[in-house]
Amino acid sequence: MLDREQRKVILDPLVDNNPITLQILGICSALAVTTTLAASLIMCLALTGVVAASNVSISMIRHHVPSSIRIIVQMTIIASLVIVVDQLLKAYAFDIAKRLSVFVGLIITNCIVLGRAEAFAMKNPPWMSFLDGIGNGLGYSLVLIVVGTCRELLGSGTLLGYEILKPVTEGGWYYTNGMMLLPPSAFFIIGLLIWGVRAWKSEQVEKPEYQIHQVHRTEVI
Amino acid sequence: MSDSPQEQAKGGAPNPSGWRRRLDAVLELPNDSPQKTLIVAVTLCLVCSVVVSSAAVLLRPLQLENAALDRKRNIVEVAGLLGSDGDVEAAFERVEPRVVDLESGEFAEDMDPARYDQRKSSKDPERSIALSRDEDIAGIGRRARYSTVYFVRDGDAIRQVILPVHGYGLWSTLYGFLSLKGDFRTVSGLKFYEHAETPGLGGEVDNPAWRGKWDGKIAFDESGSAIIEVVKGVVDETRSGAEHRVDGLAGATLTTRGVDNLLKFWLGENGFGPFLARMREKEA
Repeated sequence: MLDREQRKVILDPLVDNNPITLQILGICSALAVTTTLAASLIMCLALTGVVAASNVSISMIRHHVPSSIRIIVQMTIIASLVIVVDQLLKAYAFDIAKRLSVFVGLIITNCIVLGRAEAFAMKNPPWMSFLDGIGNGLGYSLVLIVVGTCRELLGSGTLLGYEILKPVTEGGWYYTNGMMLLPPSAFFIIGLLIWGVRAWKSEQVEKPEYQIHQVHRTEVI
Repeated sequence: MSDSPQEQAKGGAPNPSGWRRRLDAVLELPNDSPQKTLIVAVTLCLVCSVVVSSAAVLLRPLQLENAALDRKRNIVEVAGLLGSDGDVEAAFERVEPRVVDLESGEFAEDMDPARYDQRKSSKDPERSIALSRDEDIAGIGRRARYSTVYFVRDGDAIRQVILPVHGYGLWSTLYGFLSLKGDFRTVSGLKFYEHAETPGLGGEVDNPAWRGKWDGKIAFDESGSAIIEVVKGVVDETRSGAEHRVDGLAGATLTTRGVDNLLKFWLGENGFGPFLARMREKEA
């Protein structure tokens, strides 16, 4: 169905060019909404939808965007799409919209969306841009799901609200880890993830940008 | 604009109509020319504003319905009326909303409880009062002159009264409902429906086990002043006064203090104090 290039556009952002673990974009929302798996999943859907739609719309008008106002044009399109998504969630998924509160609105400032618009959609046709949006949305989702699973399971002993590890407060054996529910824990998990990915795919490790030149005593003279 | 209808109707490839020609002319302008920049900016703004405003207008009825249903659900939940079928509307039929003048404690008969928006009013200088620093223990700044209260009746007798309360915790203002039994003294439930406290710590105000601890606590002493207290740690049941005390939340000192303060405020002189005193007199 998809040729090789198209598959590459979708699959590359999952691990090889992941927006969070390689490009280190979109960290803010990855910290904020991952206290429960359900909130993470909805955030993933919302972001994937917005990236795909914004990539398509920007790609369609890419030949007519004056370069002097191109970032404003991209931001306007992204902001409009995010407002529509926010309104849709408030109308059809009220409970979850309440839980995500301001973070849906903050998709506007998510660097992944603007990054893909500028780096990909401005130079490629709509269908490829759509696939690129889906791919990057999935890459983001993958990380969010992993982080959300760890945090909810270790922090509250539940997954999607179902009890997995019975906490002591309910008469079980599991001492819930309160730190997992606070934003720093997401930093630790994402840090460990990046470490893991780079150990597995060592070509992702950057070269040090600067190294202090070792001067030997005899050279000084 | 000067094109005749015939010219416009023709359209199509061989002899493009005036509109088509003009659109092509605009599209062929160099991208960085001032005209094209302006045209692109204005068109984009128009298209986006139409999309955004139509989404807002079309979805508004659904959103209002959701918000109203959510409020009703919170009220019937704190009152313990929600049956196993989870039918909020049916349960809410047993609830009777009234508007109360907080200063005098009397019912404001001329106001429609279904349309009164207390949260909006508490921001409006005309319909609210500013609280002095000493009075404002709940950290809310202003208080609306009127408040909605909800009665649940068993035949003629009042079984419960549900009061909307709010106050500042650690990160956020907590909004919730306090339910008192028909003696206007005993608590039957407390539930917060909106807050942004730390999940797992202050956020445990949502924990059903903690909420269950409120049932049966006595909020007022014999003289009618509010003495309910949320204490740090666990209440010692053997000591006197345990019926006025509720366990605090572990690891959430400031949220606990916020809940304590907001209850003291709303049950005190500047909150529902006058209304509750009046109701107690009437029922006695």
